[in-house]
Amino acid sequence: MSYPSDRKYTKEHEWITADGTIGITHHAQDSLGDIVFVELPKVGAEITAGKTFGTVESVKAVSDLYAPVSGTVTATNEALATAPEQVNKDAHGAWMVKINLKNPAELNALLSAADYEKFVSEEAGH
Amino acid sequence: MSVVEANPVVRKTALNAVHRQMGAKMVEFNGWDMPVEYPASIGCGIVAEHMAVRTGVGIFDVSHMGDIRLAGREALAAVQHISMNDASRLAIGQAQYSALLYPQGTFVDDVIVHRLGEDEYLLVINAGTREKDFNWVRDNVRHNTRPFDCKVEHLSDDFTQIAIQGPKGVDLLQKLTDANLSTVKFYWVTRGTVCGLKNILMGRTGYTAEDGFEIYIPADEATSARVWRQVLEAGKEFGVVPCGLGARNTLRLEGCLSLYGHEISDTINVWEAGLDRFCKMEKADFIGRAALEGAKAVGVKKTLVGLEMVDRGIARDGYKVLDDGGREIGYVTSGSPAPFLKKNIALAYVPPGQAAVGTAVKVEIRGQGVKAQVVPTPFYKRPKKA
Repeated sequence: MSYPSDRKYTKEHEWITADGTIGITHHAQDSLGDIVFVELPKVGAEITAGKTFGTVESVKAVSDLYAPVSGTVTATNEALATAPEQVNKDAHGAWMVKINLKNPAELNALLSAADYEKFVSEEAGH
Repeated sequence: MSVVEANPVVRKTALNAVHRQMGAKMVEFNGWDMPVEYPASIGCGIVAEHMAVRTGVGIFDVSHMGDIRLAGREALAAVQHISMNDASRLAIGQAQYSALLYPQGTFVDDVIVHRLGEDEYLLVINAGTREKDFNWVRDNVRHNTRPFDCKVEHLSDDFTQIAIQGPKGVDLLQKLTDANLSTVKFYWVTRGTVCGLKNILMGRTGYTAEDGFEIYIPADEATSARVWRQVLEAGKEFGVVPCGLGARNTLRLEGCLSLYGHEISDTINVWEAGLDRFCKMEKADFIGRAALEGAKAVGVKKTLVGLEMVDRGIARDGYKVLDDGGREIGYVTSGSPAPFLKKNIALAYVPPGQAAVGTAVKVEIRGQGVKAQVVPTPFYKRPKKA
């Protein structure tokens, strides 16, 4: 799997674009298995870098979503309420929230596509 | 940063390498390294595996299950003493669901008792309780007021156990055996040649609320791998898929089959678990009987019910159950999305006063009370064959 280089990644397996669109990675959806439930914050909510902002559930497990950076939610992907399996089909297309970045410089601390790919392969190597 | 310590005693079934080759996602379950699901790239994943078993056929490696053989002149008396169902009703070749109980009427484990011969019984037990169960059976057969004239053998490591489950399960296995499976009724066993292996035990049993067989073959890796692959090959025309523990759990939950450590445990008694019909108080004395008699007179404080989520949310194991007003009344023992029923379901313990079908309750999910209601069980019952 190659990860798109138009965005940054976290070690908690989220991705974020420069304009503040956030989702989870292909690796994350693969680890979770069949995704059946996505719970997202409301528009206007503040999210904080490193803190949970939502939940994604597969048949088997409940996982927290961690904010890659801080900001204010401007939109949520409502289609995921009825079609959460979109995240399995296209994790890098099925975005979860869009935010106004509080401090765009926070993006610099995140992983590049190449670094994330390396991180994932090392994690799998355990 | 947390330190993850390697568990030196994680055990592997003879099919472990095969699961890994097939790309299964592996997890530790009760001390065993087991497949939880197979990859989407071969048409698998918990939902696909679950649906295959409901509509076609799926196969499971359940070699982690344990086996205890009791044989000898007083084998029946021994089985009667240590288990709650009435084994005297079993014909040779018949099996029954039962349980081993502590003197207080709570569960050592649930078991399937098979009568294999005149004085020969096979107990199939859970993976996580293998040693505990064997010690319990051995000690209670030996240390009765007078020891039973009966040999107790732990055969858990002798078998690779493969479950072939689903409406097409019988057709699949029939392709690989000379035994006439159509004459074997549900909860009966037979023996025959399977994949060239002679005298293989085949039981029409399972843990999926579906028709099917469980077969017991020699536990060496080469034989196990060969049979596994042959079953998959023979099942192609029926759309067979390999299934992991994830689907095994959702299938048994839809069918309301108890899981040790969840619906039943050493702190839950038979009446609470609602397993009355498998507990034969009228047979001769057995371990746990006296306490159960007392418990029946007192009445239960909690009872197992089925819940269906009304509002959006998934109940999970251990979540609190609240009454309509938000007061804590019980807990979820098993909760999950139900892939075939396409509902979010759960089994839960609640007080008998709040157990009636239709009772409105809530399940606490991440601090919020989410609406649910008590529904009839089992959630899923397989359609009767025409």
